[in-house]
Amino acid sequence: MSSRIAEHVRSIPRSGIRDFFEIVQSMKGVISLGIGEPDFVTPWHIREAAVYSLEKGRTGYTSNLGDPRLRRSIAKYVEKHFSLAYNPHDEIIVTVGVSEGIDLALRALLNPGDEVLYHEPCYVSYAPSIALARGKAVPVVTRAEDEFVLRAADLEKAVTPRTRLLMLSFPTNPTGAVMPPDELAKIAAFAVKHDLVVLTDEIYSELTYDALPHHSIAALPGMKERTLFLHGFSKAFAMTGWRIGFACGPSDIIEAMMKIHQYSIMCASTMAQEAAIEALERGQRSMERMREEYRLRRNFIVSSLNEAGIPCHLPKGAFYVFPDIRGTGMTSKDFSLALLKEKNVAVVPGTAFGASGEGYVRCSYAAALDQIKIAVERIAEFVKK
Amino acid sequence: MDSLIRILRQNSAIPRADLARLLGLTEADVVAQIAKLEADGVILGYHAVINSDKWDAEAVTAAIEVRVSPEREGGFDRIASRIAGFEEVESVYLMSGGYDLLVIVNGNNLREVASFVAAKLSTIESVLSCATRFRLKTYKENGLHHAQEEVPERLSVTP
Repeated sequence: MSSRIAEHVRSIPRSGIRDFFEIVQSMKGVISLGIGEPDFVTPWHIREAAVYSLEKGRTGYTSNLGDPRLRRSIAKYVEKHFSLAYNPHDEIIVTVGVSEGIDLALRALLNPGDEVLYHEPCYVSYAPSIALARGKAVPVVTRAEDEFVLRAADLEKAVTPRTRLLMLSFPTNPTGAVMPPDELAKIAAFAVKHDLVVLTDEIYSELTYDALPHHSIAALPGMKERTLFLHGFSKAFAMTGWRIGFACGPSDIIEAMMKIHQYSIMCASTMAQEAAIEALERGQRSMERMREEYRLRRNFIVSSLNEAGIPCHLPKGAFYVFPDIRGTGMTSKDFSLALLKEKNVAVVPGTAFGASGEGYVRCSYAAALDQIKIAVERIAEFVKK
Repeated sequence: MDSLIRILRQNSAIPRADLARLLGLTEADVVAQIAKLEADGVILGYHAVINSDKWDAEAVTAAIEVRVSPEREGGFDRIASRIAGFEEVESVYLMSGGYDLLVIVNGNNLREVASFVAAKLSTIESVLSCATRFRLKTYKENGLHHAQEEVPERLSVTP
């Protein structure tokens, strides 16, 4: 029997993370550094705002683009923190997490066969989302010795006449990489030269450490009109389960995204939108408290891993470290599986984030300090053996 | 120093080696910094936060609002330190508003606190009045919730 599943869906492999997750689920007492979400519960004042909105009976649909109050809050927040001015009337759309924003953008912008450049190792959904939008995913490698910074020179080697889009995500999951401003400027010039639209997923942008400022490519001269800025609440405000994010960009792109959103989603969850307003208006303090906690844990895990003889650079953002396990002579997958079986510690194989993640594993430090401590001790014992 | 104090405020029992890793310092640096904070009187001491429902449940805590007449020389300070000298007194704060000093007093039972107020506190010459309020239940103390919060479950591996 010929498959009844559409070809382009069949072409997408199952997520490597999912396979791994199922093994972990079947085991007991695993200490996990494999979790890509904050270990904090959403700050109480944000939860309380959602509870209040339910008590008030705000349970209907909102505008397709999102509650106008939230869009105004987003405009104010993005202007203050990213120096980007967007009109809440037609340049902002509220989405079900950044994930939906990426999907909408790709579907709105790609014709079949259009090529999309993105950097690897990267978040697991980029290549499949491009394939689902009938585009062609073209990964560009970033390197450990370069702290996983994306180089314009590498993009030049990958660009073709079919290239339509460039996807960026800094700070990066899984490497924690951030872009130095001068290299970001070169990438902006590259995008202008080849007339590309840029999708920039800045979900981790609040989480840069040691007072390092975050720069959005959208704020560089000449970039705003060709850039779609994607952001959300999951990481900075510990709101993963609320599924709430937003996209800001030129009104023609937002309008096109809105059409898809309108017919597939209608609008993001109303109570999540209420919570999001609270996060933007009064969440700065809780965000800073969590960021400080991540910063300390990052220091802790990086020094512990290096002390254990596992080379690990100090990432400047996000909440992951990406240690180099090549010294063990194992592949990322074998290492992760053996570590799980022998020491009950879960990390994610680097190859889950693209082929260039081979030789590395991702450890999340969005976990309680005592858990991180035990996990690293066990990793050290494992590597010694 | 800010980070060091913040961590110690949350958990003063944290091992020095862990502190060093968290702060990206050597253990010797951490020990020296703490010694300096102690010597400068920035860190006055270290306490355990005890859940009084589980330990010494009969103990009584009172918040006493005290109105005093300040002295010509010394203002509130002399009278405050006189009150603070009593062993029963846990904390003394000068307050804005309807009264002057907030005095937190611990006792083994109600009678002990009552007799402290009657015999010691209210008889001090410049004390004009005392309003004693007893603690009925503690919900949160020094940033810690007394009822243990359930840790919500998370998926064990996520992208």
